[in-house]
Amino acid sequence: MTVKTVEIKNVSLQMGGMSILEDINLSINDHDFIALIGPNGGGKSTLLKIILGLIKPNTGIIQVFGRAPHKSSDLIGYLPQHVSFDPDFPINVFETVLSGRYHGILKSYTDRDRDKVLNVLDEVEMLDMRDRQISRLSGGQIQRVFMARALVREPRLLLLDEPMASIDPEMQNSFYTLLEGLKERMAVILVSHDVGAVSIHVDSIACLNRRLYYHGPVEEAADGLEEVYKCPLELISHGIPHRILKKH
Amino acid sequence: MEFPTGYLKNIKIVILGDGVAGILEYGFMQNAFLAALLASVACGLVGTYIVIKRIVFISGGISHAAFGGIGMGYFLGVNPILAAIPFSILSALIMGVTSKKVNVSEDTAIGILWSVGMAIGIIFINLTPGYVPDLLTYLFGSILTVPSSDLLIMFILDLIIITAVLLFNREFKSICFDEEFSKVIGIPTEAIYLLLLSLIALSVVVLIKVVGIILIIALLTIPAAIAKQYTHQLGKLMSLAVVLGMILTTGGLWLSYLFNLASGATIVLFLALAFLVSTLLRKLFVTN
Repeated sequence: MTVKTVEIKNVSLQMGGMSILEDINLSINDHDFIALIGPNGGGKSTLLKIILGLIKPNTGIIQVFGRAPHKSSDLIGYLPQHVSFDPDFPINVFETVLSGRYHGILKSYTDRDRDKVLNVLDEVEMLDMRDRQISRLSGGQIQRVFMARALVREPRLLLLDEPMASIDPEMQNSFYTLLEGLKERMAVILVSHDVGAVSIHVDSIACLNRRLYYHGPVEEAADGLEEVYKCPLELISHGIPHRILKKH
Repeated sequence: MEFPTGYLKNIKIVILGDGVAGILEYGFMQNAFLAALLASVACGLVGTYIVIKRIVFISGGISHAAFGGIGMGYFLGVNPILAAIPFSILSALIMGVTSKKVNVSEDTAIGILWSVGMAIGIIFINLTPGYVPDLLTYLFGSILTVPSSDLLIMFILDLIIITAVLLFNREFKSICFDEEFSKVIGIPTEAIYLLLLSLIALSVVVLIKVVGIILIIALLTIPAAIAKQYTHQLGKLMSLAVVLGMILTTGGLWLSYLFNLASGATIVLFLALAFLVSTLLRKLFVTN
């Protein structure tokens, strides 16, 4: 039996007396490209942090590549929604991406790490800017640098939290093109509240609003199976953007 | 009384000449200059992390809490500087742990430990029988009375700080830049943060004699803050901060000698002046 990329069983989380996630079951295979959608406050980012091992659920089992999340951290790449960093921080593009190649205490970066950084910077089209201080980058460029920092780890699971929120529409398309290519190498989970744009590119959709209401192919979701799966999503086909309604 | 102008010039030259070579003839001045140089190493290295991670306030808390250790040292009859080492590390760790683990805001935890440490110091000194030491030397520094034994302690602490920076610079830099990502890539962020706070505690001990508990925060921030205006590379920033610290603290010390002013306060004001000048010059000449 092959090991699942992510296996979430009966995961629930309460924080400060509030129920954030209830009885989540989700399994993700290699090369899956899945969009995690749902309203703001529905627990999308929290679920990503559980997969990353940053938050421990109160109940349930979470395994990433058959192990506890923090033991698989070598195999996970992560692009946070907001990186709260000092824009004036003394670090350039190359160093920022290189930090993603961290091997452990007292283990220095190798030439292979540096080569890998250059490859990835080329892939996200930021090679020319490798010596630039990060305060002198635009929002979209910073996004690419952080994307490179996630990819430089050569992950087999890539977690992207609202990657489209901080980049302009023209760049979104090239970003999706980049993601299409990545799918060959890894599983991708993309958190978004913009269902319309996402659904064209991803293979499956998981709909999360405290509970996981639906997980399956985009087409089936669009065929009106929301009734069956109790997905609180109004999916309108033929290219009209989807709209998320409140939970029934 | 009137002196020929040439005579006045000569006096000035004598004073200045005396300032450069003469003052080093006194043993206490040699110690004072050595202390300033040793302090600059700690300031430049640790101060850089303090400035880029924006943990100036917690550093202020650690330095004030160190006063408890000073008081304890007097009470127990050991060298107050030595007693301040475990005490300030302990207070740094308590601040670090409470702010992360307990449901208290970091701000509040720092504020409480800041004053509790000082209160403990005062109570211990109250309880110490006999001679009541001059608290002002620890509060405002007394670089002119640094004994050679304290220089040795400062030197050893500097060595520890340099070693830690060489070994863990990647981890420190990473948690300063992006703590969450550091955790994701497997850095033991909490342990590294506590180690950083402990280094701050050690730097505080190095600096107590130089400028005193109340003025320490200036030395931990100003050299790094000036250096940060000129470079975006962490290694260069640290070296520049160390060199600037050396120039400015010895310069301040010399000025205090020339004008017979309190050494700690003169050093701090000289640092602040340098920061002001540097900031203005950058505003005027660097179009960004």
